[in-house]
Amino acid sequence: MSIKGKAYIAGIFEHPTRKAPDKSIAQLHAEVAKGALEDAGLTKADVDGYFCAGDAPGGAMAMVDYLGLKVRHFDSTDTGGCSYLVHLGHAAEAIAAGKCSVALITLAGKPLTAAPPPRATGAEHDFEVAYNATTHNIYGTCAMRHMHDFGTTSEQLAWIKVAASHHAQYNPHAMLKDVVTVEDVLNSPMISDPLHRMDCCVVTDGGGALIVTTPEIAKGLKRPLVRLMGQGEAIKGPRGGKDLDLTYSAGVWSGPVAFAEAGVTVKDIKYASIYDSFTITVLMQLEDLGFCKKGEGGKFVADGNLISGVGKLPFNTDGGGLCSNHPVNRGGMTKIIEAVRQLRGEAHPKVQVPNCDIALAHGTGGLLGVRHAASTVIMERV
Amino acid sequence: MNDKPKLPAPQVNPESKPFWDAASQGKFLIKRCTSCNEPHYFPRALCPFCFSDQTVWEESKGEGEIYSYSLMRKSAAGPYAIGYVTLDEGPSLLTNFVDCDLHTLKIGQRVKVVFKPTDGAPLPFFTPI
Repeated sequence: MSIKGKAYIAGIFEHPTRKAPDKSIAQLHAEVAKGALEDAGLTKADVDGYFCAGDAPGGAMAMVDYLGLKVRHFDSTDTGGCSYLVHLGHAAEAIAAGKCSVALITLAGKPLTAAPPPRATGAEHDFEVAYNATTHNIYGTCAMRHMHDFGTTSEQLAWIKVAASHHAQYNPHAMLKDVVTVEDVLNSPMISDPLHRMDCCVVTDGGGALIVTTPEIAKGLKRPLVRLMGQGEAIKGPRGGKDLDLTYSAGVWSGPVAFAEAGVTVKDIKYASIYDSFTITVLMQLEDLGFCKKGEGGKFVADGNLISGVGKLPFNTDGGGLCSNHPVNRGGMTKIIEAVRQLRGEAHPKVQVPNCDIALAHGTGGLLGVRHAASTVIMERV
Repeated sequence: MNDKPKLPAPQVNPESKPFWDAASQGKFLIKRCTSCNEPHYFPRALCPFCFSDQTVWEESKGEGEIYSYSLMRKSAAGPYAIGYVTLDEGPSLLTNFVDCDLHTLKIGQRVKVVFKPTDGAPLPFFTPI
């Protein structure tokens, strides 16, 4: 069974807030759900499938009750920031299998104004927790090794932030709207070697939601038609410490699955949303997905190659996590939303990719340099 | 690290207890599978490669080289260096580098295990040789 052509993204909504001290997390979930339903032209009563991850207070049981849903299918897979890309694939599978017809996926939280819950740990707890792996320092170990093995430079990484900032200047909701230069990035304080402050994403409150539905229902709605072509997911960890290689991610496995299901190649991708928790995350993902060879990511991202209208691969045209929004420290949802905007032709005119018929959204979740998941989604405008 | 907040004591479970008992004796153990002969870390009862339950404890020399690292410039406990060591026996493991000038760390540098006290079993860290 394939999901190709069997599920449509009918509704999207990104919460405009970046700082929400006066709202609860559950409330933000409800607000983004309402926004996505209104975007689709559907109502809450139409929803019969619900998908959420670890950011949803109390999980699927509590959220279905809080939102007042009645569903016949649910999934609370949590793989960190890429959960929502996984959910999109799982929702498409459920729709293709007839388990639900209108699936709601929500993400929301407020790490800026309330401390997020601690990262869940497994059997590795006693052998790792004391060493204080944070996103900054563990993504730093990936960047350090990538530089060692391939000669990647901080200047090359900086180009990723520069490209994101060029896009963010047109996004009125972006947390950081100023265009920055390579020098600005290199001159920003070192956070965890070799990553500077501007190599790191923003921390924001907010959220987003998606409505996924059947071809029949989607065609009866008034929004531009965007359908799923393929999705892949994978998990990578140190696995007992054998042949450790921090220079590639689980994207080397999730990407080919998605491309094979979609029946397209990287050459067909007009726009890519790539999770940008850090600049190094983008560089590694581009290599892992095959946009360039392993080790050549630095060259690929340099000189504005990711800037819409300038380079060959426009990415994160909303400004991404590096400049616009990173709700709950989980970037997968906003990646999907901007890809759908591009396919609909609803991105900001200054960054809209002409004739954007096929787009990719990809992300990782967890800690890239320890254990993490990745998911790749390929979508097309019908 | 001596003036820093206390290190968390390992919670210890039946699967990991021999490791922590040995750590209390200053010994650093890894696991080896007698079925496929692969060593691994952190220790599991079942081999993560061939899934055999015939795994045995083996004392490691506790020496290896830095695979990668990152110096976290600020934290509540001050600067610290996290990274991976590839042990001479093969497995790589996550650790902190301690008792040295953190600005001089290099990929490929030789390091050895040092144990640091907690309220329970001591925890392994690595320091340049």
